[in-house]
Amino acid sequence: MPDATGLELIAQRVRDEVGEDAVSGTTFFRRQATLQVAPGSVRDVLTFLKEADAEPWDFLSSVHGCDYLPEEPRLGVHYQLLSMARQDRLNVKTRVGADEPTLPSVIELFPTANHQEREVYDMFGVVFEGHPDLRRILMPEDYEGYPQRRDFPMGGEPVLFTYNEKKLPNWYG
Amino acid sequence: MEVKRQKLDGLKVRQARAQQMLRGDLEGDDLEKYVEERVLLTRFEDAQNWARKNAIWPLGFGLACCAIEMITVIGSPRNDLSRFGAEVIRFTPRQADMLILSGRVSVKMAPVIRRLYDQMLEPKWVISMGACASSAGMFNNYALVAGADKFLPVDVYVPGCPPRPEALMFGIIKLQEKITGDPGLGWRERYGAEGTEEVA
Amino acid sequence: MADVRGGSYRERERSTTIDVVGDEPIYGTDVPNAADLEPEHELMTVNLGPHHPATHGVLRLLTTLEGETVTDIKPIIGYVHTGIEKSCEDQEYWKAITFVERMDYLAYYFNAMAFCMAVETLLEEEVPKRAQYLRVVHLELNRIASHLFWIATAALDIGAITMLWWGCRDRDLVLDLFEMSGGQRLHTRYFQVGGVFEDVPPGWAAKCREFLAVMPERIDQYEALLDRNEIWVRRNRHTGVVPQEQLLELGVTGPLLRASGHPWDLRKAMPYSSYEDFDFKIPVGTVGDNYDRYRVRLAEMRESLKIVEQALDGMPEGPWITPNRKVALPPRHELATSMEALIHHFKLVTEGFRVPPGEAYAPIESPRGELGCFVVADGSAKPARVHMRDPSFVNLQALAPMGEGGLIADFIASIAMLDPILGGIDR
Repeated sequence: MPDATGLELIAQRVRDEVGEDAVSGTTFFRRQATLQVAPGSVRDVLTFLKEADAEPWDFLSSVHGCDYLPEEPRLGVHYQLLSMARQDRLNVKTRVGADEPTLPSVIELFPTANHQEREVYDMFGVVFEGHPDLRRILMPEDYEGYPQRRDFPMGGEPVLFTYNEKKLPNWYG
Repeated sequence: MEVKRQKLDGLKVRQARAQQMLRGDLEGDDLEKYVEERVLLTRFEDAQNWARKNAIWPLGFGLACCAIEMITVIGSPRNDLSRFGAEVIRFTPRQADMLILSGRVSVKMAPVIRRLYDQMLEPKWVISMGACASSAGMFNNYALVAGADKFLPVDVYVPGCPPRPEALMFGIIKLQEKITGDPGLGWRERYGAEGTEEVA
Repeated sequence: MADVRGGSYRERERSTTIDVVGDEPIYGTDVPNAADLEPEHELMTVNLGPHHPATHGVLRLLTTLEGETVTDIKPIIGYVHTGIEKSCEDQEYWKAITFVERMDYLAYYFNAMAFCMAVETLLEEEVPKRAQYLRVVHLELNRIASHLFWIATAALDIGAITMLWWGCRDRDLVLDLFEMSGGQRLHTRYFQVGGVFEDVPPGWAAKCREFLAVMPERIDQYEALLDRNEIWVRRNRHTGVVPQEQLLELGVTGPLLRASGHPWDLRKAMPYSSYEDFDFKIPVGTVGDNYDRYRVRLAEMRESLKIVEQALDGMPEGPWITPNRKVALPPRHELATSMEALIHHFKLVTEGFRVPPGEAYAPIESPRGELGCFVVADGSAKPARVHMRDPSFVNLQALAPMGEGGLIADFIASIAMLDPILGGIDR
């Protein structure tokens, strides 16, 4: 992991090269570095970090979504970058609102994002613009709702055993 | 070696006696004893069920963790399912007569399982292996069907998460007992579900 | 096919080496590329799965064929989507371990390890040395078990049914060890936040050493059966090759990447849980075909045996779980004498421990590649978000480049060598 100073240096380089408002903050927590970027400039920042930065991050190990329900903007998308040459990791994080969650797709840059962006779309409803095949991946294609958002009910149903058959009348209907 | 030769002799003697019997040499008590020793009388249905229970062909179908234990039952020399005459795994449902639901049944998979079940020929049986297939187990959430018996008839439930191989084998023995007792009609007759046929 | 080399089959089988098989075109692979074919050739779409013997679970593949050449592959997944990540949000941290274990059901120790590591990072909890060693022993045994099951089923797909019995036979030996230490064959939930659930029982180490003694010989047997087997070599050599750069772009890790010659192994590169104490090698392949993938995994099993042996030899004495009573249950005997222990026990069992708010990503090297667990804590006793970056899910994207342009029979071999675990893919 880059240390706190290293993270600030990366953030400064991104600010210089991509734009002053591309980086909205940095977090250094438990020796893990997180670069918070504005949703519109995710692709630019990742392009810079992969191709133009002095310390390139050439491997995208994971893209995942997260729902920070009481906070606004609600949805977060994390890009876990890895540099195999330096054995180092950097988390790039962006936040979008739940009303119109759109992000630029990074599939051109990192083809590995294909399935992972589809999963984030499936579970959180974040639309990745420019993704060639943005469909549901894990849930059935006609499923409604985004099940891993925190305001989506857990679901499930009371299971009928012989002892609770009387407690649950009309369980079949 | 000695013992073996004696056995062989015994067999020869018996063969000779059988030949003699064919000539009509055995009569009276001897014949009675002979028949008692060698002939088993039963009803045809019982014989059929006995044969059926010892020749179950399971569908080679795995869903999740339980499938690993199911394969262990079939594939591990320690468990050796062929002792119960159920080791002929068929991968096409048209040749199989037992479906082991080994794992969690998701809402996406349930129609597929039902279709597989419908493709199997009667008489057919279903073992619901593990907590997930029986009742969604610990994962009672949006993604799973809480119990495979919601969309197909289940004959034997095997508890466990995942069940040990011995548990699955016990389930198969229980199913065999059920087959012996049940004349093996279609599942609609067995469960009183006549009239639920879907008309295509 | 005419027997060009003469001699009986038995003789040839004995004398087959990779050099003998050589680079001659394998029968049937010299079909022209899809692009070169005449336009009147008809495309056929074949639906493999979700119930198909070769897909190792409920993977569904929409393949487009031109004759026997695969031109397009679309994996369709989600048939065992269980919503485990959502279920974890409803459980206390110590209960969620049980849930995450059931994701990649052949590498349950790894799932638990990744989750525990993420939570320990959030808690800044130090894991005692003995617990780290016990974890390493179990992880490596689990890696062997996973690879054994892989070789059992993968060889079955290619037609070597003997390997099914042999692989299951030897995997049972590992499962016996798991049963002895954790109480169950699969999903033992042996790893806890802060250490392991219990010390290994007396006699466990001796039994483990028995296994270590018998296993190298067994791996020799597999190699004797498969390494120079003409069918095996011909079906795996030069099939499913994907260039290393493309694998890296697709995010592929684990034995698949190492088979292409890239020595990336998190155990070496970013050691965790005292892996830096052990002396082991990273097996790498040269070409990156299916045969290399097979060789890399077998060699990994040997390296894992070495690690287990070193860990058993160097097993330090001491506690097997953190003494921090806020996280770990107090020992049973303390409950009778100490009021404080009773309170801690009650709090932990009824409410669980609270984790300070924050986010952590903990990557480990699972048998299939980088298994990362991302945990978001909101300060309560339940995680706000648990996400597993499962290697099977990411590696599955390499299936299309592996199969496209080759024969469908080679594609089946490629699925087997990819080692996808559907529970991990769908979670």
